[in-house]
Amino acid sequence: MRVITAKEITQNIKQMCIEANHVLSSDMKDVFEAAVKEEASPLGKKILNQLEENLKIAKEDMIPICQDTGMAVIFVKIGQEVYIEGGSLTDAINQGVREGYGEGYLRKSVVSDPIERINTKDNTPAVIHYEIIQGDQMEITVAPKGFGSENMSRVFMLKPADGIEGVKEAILTAVKDAGPNACPPMVVGVGIGGTFEKCALMAKHALIRNLKEVSPIPYVRELEKEMLKKINGLGIGPGGLGGTITALAVNIETYPTHIAGLPVAVNICCHVNRHVHRVI
Amino acid sequence: MERHIDAPVVPEKVKDLKAGDYVYITGTIYTARDAAHKRMQEALDRGEELPFHVKENVIYYMGPSPAREGRPIGSAGPTTASRMDKYTPALLDLGLGAMIGKGKRSQAVTEAIIRNGSVYFAAVGGAGAILSKCILSSEVIAYEDLGTEAIRRLEVKNLPVVVVIDSNGNNLYETAVLEYCKKEADRQ
Repeated sequence: MRVITAKEITQNIKQMCIEANHVLSSDMKDVFEAAVKEEASPLGKKILNQLEENLKIAKEDMIPICQDTGMAVIFVKIGQEVYIEGGSLTDAINQGVREGYGEGYLRKSVVSDPIERINTKDNTPAVIHYEIIQGDQMEITVAPKGFGSENMSRVFMLKPADGIEGVKEAILTAVKDAGPNACPPMVVGVGIGGTFEKCALMAKHALIRNLKEVSPIPYVRELEKEMLKKINGLGIGPGGLGGTITALAVNIETYPTHIAGLPVAVNICCHVNRHVHRVI
Repeated sequence: MERHIDAPVVPEKVKDLKAGDYVYITGTIYTARDAAHKRMQEALDRGEELPFHVKENVIYYMGPSPAREGRPIGSAGPTTASRMDKYTPALLDLGLGAMIGKGKRSQAVTEAIIRNGSVYFAAVGGAGAILSKCILSSEVIAYEDLGTEAIRRLEVKNLPVVVVIDSNGNNLYETAVLEYCKKEADRQ
């Protein structure tokens, strides 16, 4: 058994919220550089250059990359030999979000109730996904999610007969409908299989995958490649103002499903695909 | 083509703008997003004055992140305009000069743009740090309790935007996509 204090968790979450909103991971930066070279539209290129400059300014001047600093989505994998001391884990995480969004000059975008809509003024609560794993460590990923792109995300409950062609159609439909609203170039997270909520969670989780990694499953890997090409053929382009780079990556996760179903979720993220990962 | 315009806008100059023009805006503009639009609509329904005269003014759909000490504003990029579509035709009919946001607009908004000779600009979504450098000052003028959604008066210099819907209803999102859209056969 290993003891991790609630305070240590709060401290980490706080730092990760601030870091995620000011600095993109290096895989995102590399993909950006390649996109600038590849974009065929002059206006598209100009916008991509602006976005690169934006990343530079954000880091140097500590101005959030985007004013929508998101709802804090947090994936926590807890080793079953870990004991949390000094309070509840969920409270410790939310305290980290509260401190990070306060001290980091991040925007408070969370309302306490979807209908009454009173701002909680500290960006809590976070959306936390727990998973129990083996061992005595905690793996934490903080992924603040903006809602321009979140609003354009979809779940499709397809029939088994729709097959892979149905999946392709669903992904293209979601991206086409999102168009300029989702701040392209996008990163497209897809979950295929499981149940209604499982495919949505996989789609979200797919967004935090390193963009240089590909699916370990051969047909999924091919599907990721094919869909990226198809999406970039839509012509939406950077900012939706036309061009050949509409998506930077398509990341797909799959899971076993029921004999009667083929759930597909498409979680769209803008080019500010933020995620910070730590192991404690 | 590249152009420079002042805000508040001169209606004749707005009518000269064409979808696809790259425009730098300098002058005074106002921020308002979801909650502020709802309140402005409620004020209009009650027959009250709006917090600022919309005629010939520019609304920027934007809710900034907090400013660090010594800076006028935090990150300050556009939010999705379509969420304001429900409230926009009424403001355009009152003479709203221009809007800055990102993303598609409804048919009703496009018709109101044409009817009133207005214009819809897009700023680059997700470029809040660089866009904040064009904002010289920021002051909350109404609905302070809404936090980031309060109405702010901004002084801007050379704020870069693109004309998406011009006063004739031409829509860059629709035309530019066609230019780069590959035919189904090419996408295989």
